[in-house]
Amino acid sequence: MSIGLNHFLIVSGILFSLGIFAIVTRKNAIMVLMGIEFILNASNINFIAFSKFGNFGVQGEVIALFVIVLAACEAAIALAIVLNIYKQFTTVNVDEINNLKN
Amino acid sequence: MNENLMINLSVIALFIPLIGFFFTVVLGKRIKSMYLFEILIISAVMIISALLAFFKLAYYTDAVFIAEFTWIKIQNLPVFGDFSFNLGVKLDNISVIMLFVVAAISTLVHYYSIAYMKGDKRYNRFFAYLGIFTFSMNGIVLTHNLLMMYIFWELVGLSSYLLIGFWYEKKSASDAAKKAFLVNRIGDMGMLAGILIVFFTFHTFTFDEIFGQVASGVLPFNSEFWLTMMGILLFCGAIGKSAQFPLHVWLPDAMEGPTPVSALIHAATMVAAGVYLTVRIFPIMTGDALLFVAVVGMLSAFIPATIALTQTDIKRVLAYSTVSQLGYMIMAIGVGSVVYGFFHLVTHAFFKAGLFLGSGSVIHGMHHEQEITQMGGLRKKMPVTYYTFLIFCLAISGVPFFSGFLSKDGILAATANFSIFTGHWLIPVAAFSVAILTAFYMFRLLILTFHGTPRNQHKYDHAHESPKFMIVPLVILALFSFFFIFSPNPISAENGWTLSSWLKVPNSVVPESARYSFLASAPADGSSGSLYTHEYVESSHHIHYYVLFGSLLLAGIGILFAYLFYQYRKLNADKLTGKITPLYTFSRNKWYFDELYQSTFVAGTMRLAGLLAWFDSTIVDGIVNLSASVTRIFSRISGAFDNYVVDGLVNLFATLSGMFGLILRRFQTGRVQVYLVFVLFSLIVLILTFA
Amino acid sequence: MYDVFFYIFAAITILSAFFVVTTKNVIYAVYSLLLTFFGIAGIYVLLGADFIAIVQIIVYVGGILILMIFGVMLTNKITSVEIKTQTLFVIPTAIGVGIFAGVLIARMITANWRTMPLNIDYSTTVYSIGASLLSDYSVLFILLGILLLITLIGAASIARKED
Repeated sequence: MSIGLNHFLIVSGILFSLGIFAIVTRKNAIMVLMGIEFILNASNINFIAFSKFGNFGVQGEVIALFVIVLAACEAAIALAIVLNIYKQFTTVNVDEINNLKN
Repeated sequence: MNENLMINLSVIALFIPLIGFFFTVVLGKRIKSMYLFEILIISAVMIISALLAFFKLAYYTDAVFIAEFTWIKIQNLPVFGDFSFNLGVKLDNISVIMLFVVAAISTLVHYYSIAYMKGDKRYNRFFAYLGIFTFSMNGIVLTHNLLMMYIFWELVGLSSYLLIGFWYEKKSASDAAKKAFLVNRIGDMGMLAGILIVFFTFHTFTFDEIFGQVASGVLPFNSEFWLTMMGILLFCGAIGKSAQFPLHVWLPDAMEGPTPVSALIHAATMVAAGVYLTVRIFPIMTGDALLFVAVVGMLSAFIPATIALTQTDIKRVLAYSTVSQLGYMIMAIGVGSVVYGFFHLVTHAFFKAGLFLGSGSVIHGMHHEQEITQMGGLRKKMPVTYYTFLIFCLAISGVPFFSGFLSKDGILAATANFSIFTGHWLIPVAAFSVAILTAFYMFRLLILTFHGTPRNQHKYDHAHESPKFMIVPLVILALFSFFFIFSPNPISAENGWTLSSWLKVPNSVVPESARYSFLASAPADGSSGSLYTHEYVESSHHIHYYVLFGSLLLAGIGILFAYLFYQYRKLNADKLTGKITPLYTFSRNKWYFDELYQSTFVAGTMRLAGLLAWFDSTIVDGIVNLSASVTRIFSRISGAFDNYVVDGLVNLFATLSGMFGLILRRFQTGRVQVYLVFVLFSLIVLILTFA
Repeated sequence: MYDVFFYIFAAITILSAFFVVTTKNVIYAVYSLLLTFFGIAGIYVLLGADFIAIVQIIVYVGGILILMIFGVMLTNKITSVEIKTQTLFVIPTAIGVGIFAGVLIARMITANWRTMPLNIDYSTTVYSIGASLLSDYSVLFILLGILLLITLIGAASIARKED
């Protein structure tokens, strides 16, 4: 069986599920961020795979590029917030941070 | 300077006072010297209007510049079909002259106010109000259609209201402001009705299009009677705004406003707007309508002149004199001499503004004393005010070498000529007697104020000449009261540049059967011909010499009697008034107009209101009470229904929701990750359902 | 060859990702994440998206990963060895996610995608990406630039020391 669209979809699906798993189970906010990165990467794989197999030229790649940029932004902001949270609560465990104002 | 530039400049001159108003009124509270901005703006308007007037009169004397754009376009209206309403400006000689007069006097009054209003707590706001007044007045002057004129008409009414009531802490001032506004409203209703007839008939508001349609035979409801009515209704606006009989009662009360305002608005410009409107609609005024105008003008010239004889408040005398002079202008237009009516507007604007500013200078110098019985002998204390005041008095009395003579003489000649052609002899008689009265009361005022010995030594001792900012406008206005501004010939303006080349009015366009016999149609080739028939012009030349000497004589008589009564005391005024006490009190109480209106219109309105109140309290309230008790019975029933059925349901639902809430509360953990689990499960369900 | 490479990269990606989500040590997780990103980059290459693959490595490995390491370092006391993380409801989540993954993948595989045979031109895609970035997507491109700037400022202002 030669490699087709489905193979890529399976990889991305697994990656997506692992991302959700990380988000749900991890206490550490940074680990949660990693889960989010998984999900974004899974979607990127899908974008490019559909673009290639659907003959859309480079459109999927451009979108993937934008997603990467957004991921970078998101990571920077999120880490800044995490640092701030750490300053406020002296912990980064998301289950202990359940009030908006200290 | 070409046509486009002139149009653009006029639009700029129209709108920058509005900018001045906004900035001054918004920033005036914060920035103490904001009034300087308004002064700057008005000076710019003044320069622009002077440039416009110069180039228009010097290079484009016969041209009429119109620029317009479509503002509203409506198609397929039920009655009118297609209709488009254009906004635009019209620059002809009349409008540029008027614009210059407005801007010039406005500028002088601004400068004057710098000193006069000094120390007032709403100093900046005063200038802002002057700015919006200038804007609205320029709008009236420049517009080329009736609707825009009506809009600006109301705006000047508003600014007049604001300025009369400027010292609104004084009850009399706020009452006067209300009175001015309400009385004006009566006239404006008539004008609005006239505008509606115009629109219904001609489907346009633009003056030139209306004239063209009337000339081609389109009449309201196809009758000359309605054309007359339309003219009279439009003229009603002028009756209100120009304080003509019987709506003149607001103007004397308007003197509660600051004196510069009286000079600018209630003497020189705004009240002249009515005259300006009448000049504008002159071509569609039928003979009957003009006769109405003439009679109104005659009454407004005569009645206030008799009232002014006995008043002792310096500003009230001037106010009645203003009404009287406005009556002159209106009368001049009514007798067909529209050019002299407008000419008198221009000359009167300068010397009456001067008179008011002079009286303001006196009031300022006397520390807010307005009663002439407290004055006297001020000539030595305030020499510049005195001499300029003297010049203005000479001008208004109609003494040769001054501007007033030129215009007044023309009006007198026109009334005489009118009576020759139509036989209405009362109009010239009234006009001539008003000439005597004017000279008499003006010099009475002058003598009582400035000559003789001080009647209140204490106030006299503290009197002082006004500061430069107030003196310089007076001197400039005095300069404009001399004949050489308007005509090279000191005793006749007929061949001067003002009348022979500047003042051009369109010919009457009403059907020949409905207009004065001496008014000529426009020449068929479209060139500008004479307004009048050949015979009329002949006769006016002929009559002019008699009138010239007559008016000289009348002014002389008036001045002479004033001197005999008040300066030399050869005749005793008190003794005379003792003999004719009823007449004196009648005049002193202003012909009881206020009392008359109070007892008829105001009391009538009150009585009507009482009647309506009775109707309300017995009949309407009865119905209301009946329906209330019916409602109460119904509400009893529905209350029972509510208590048992609706409340039961509500309680049931409440219990159910409480139970659900208990269950759902479990899910609200406050942890994001738990929520995410729920999202995950719902996502699974979604995929299974829809994908 | 293609198939072999695909399976290798897929295995790297999935195994390392699995390690990321299961390990207790945050530092290990971050290094494992590095491998995952490499694997994904390899998949991109296999799909003929060379530029994205390079960007993936540069941005993720060079940028985001470093940021995360910094985050870990700054939010844990290095001297204490406690760079561990606890987990929550592992078993129920594992079951739930397993069901989810099964459903998702099953649906994706059974869906009737309208595909074409993969025909990869192994010449570079940089030119065409560049062209479409500056033509079709130019507005978006500019907006992203602005977004990056705002992010820069925002991150700096959020994380700055309170005075």
